[in-house]
Amino acid sequence: MSSIFRKNLYGDYGDREAAGGSENGADSFRSEWPLWEVFIRSKAGLDHKHAGSLHAADAAMAIENARDVYTRRMEGVSIWVVESKYIHASDPNDADALYEPANDKIYRHPTFYDLPDELKHM
Amino acid sequence: MSVQLLEQQFYEKIDNEVSIEPRDWMPDQYRKTLIRQISQHAHSEIVGMLPEGNWITRAPSLRRKAVLLAKVQDEGGHGLYLYSAAETLGISRDEMLDQLHTGKAKYSSIFNYPTLTWADMGAIGWLVDGAAIMNQVPLCRTSYGPYARAMVRVCKEESFHQRQGFEIMLQLSKGTEVQKKMAQDALNRWWWPSLMMFGPPDDNSPNTELSMRWRIKRFTNDELRQKFVDVTVEQAKLIGLTVPDPDLKWNEERGHYDFGKINWDEFWNVVKGNGPCNRQRLETRRKAWEEGKWVRDAALAHAGKRKTRKEKAAGQETVAA
Repeated sequence: MSSIFRKNLYGDYGDREAAGGSENGADSFRSEWPLWEVFIRSKAGLDHKHAGSLHAADAAMAIENARDVYTRRMEGVSIWVVESKYIHASDPNDADALYEPANDKIYRHPTFYDLPDELKHM
Repeated sequence: MSVQLLEQQFYEKIDNEVSIEPRDWMPDQYRKTLIRQISQHAHSEIVGMLPEGNWITRAPSLRRKAVLLAKVQDEGGHGLYLYSAAETLGISRDEMLDQLHTGKAKYSSIFNYPTLTWADMGAIGWLVDGAAIMNQVPLCRTSYGPYARAMVRVCKEESFHQRQGFEIMLQLSKGTEVQKKMAQDALNRWWWPSLMMFGPPDDNSPNTELSMRWRIKRFTNDELRQKFVDVTVEQAKLIGLTVPDPDLKWNEERGHYDFGKINWDEFWNVVKGNGPCNRQRLETRRKAWEEGKWVRDAALAHAGKRKTRKEKAAGQETVAA
């Protein structure tokens, strides 16, 4: 793989920072603003959905920028921002093993049960 | 898991219209090709703000100014959606901008043409955004998840862009002789470059086959270009403007418009950096980046100070990461 492609995959950030040693957050800063993931609740009653990402210097700026970019057409009543490094993700390679127990428990689905047609309200 | 098995699973997803997501295994070339395509798409949006930004201060009415501002603002947002999508593939924003500023990465060559009159705003909205929409709608179902989702968001916003452009041309074509001439002149200058937006002809586009195998691209350049001509010629008739192509002719047998030969020398020349505005566009972007450095640094310093103040107020010591 060419050296310019560092595979920063979701869930890698946190581990890499911890392993890479300490940096005093208040004194030094990297030249690039950190990356934030943005979640928007478009209407009261719905949950927050992932809308995308953006770079910002801190949380307050991230929220303002998210409002500017992701809610130009009134698409949001609430905004959550999380630094990308704090998102931990499952490994898709483990999907089979991780989700397999759920696969054969078909009794969790309502269609598994054979009940008389005369039964109402169920 | 062996690479062969991972590759097999990858192609199963591709062939079954299942999206590839950021942490999924993918061939290195798939990743590289997508980084290149998505980042160049993003660069196009940002550079694309410049030709239209040129006319914001000179829009003929307050309404037109507000609308143009909103469009340019949208383009900035589109750039962001695309940079975000590209970053999920393992490249940073700084790297991508460096590629743009050093000329390593390209952007759509249409933006290397100058906007000489107000009518250009109409022509661009109608033709350039129109061509972009034709390209972007199929991309809403492209194989890479984040790119497809970014395209869905873009397409929702893009339709007002085309409508405001066509409306400008419509108004001009119903106006004075000077206005009609201005509209026709803009169409004359933007027609062929818009056709070139779809890229080189299929027999001269080596990347197309692989892109289509990987479901990144769903229609070929020539297919999209033909569709654009068919649709747009009808729209031109509605506003009484003449498409600057003497060879344009409806072909009953094919069910499509035949159109004249595109000047591919001009296309390659502009792509290589010799268009009317290439140098100017890049200089403007570089200047914005370099002269904005103090803002980026100040924002980080301010954020740092805000954090320290908060922690002191809470009676805690600054924690080493």
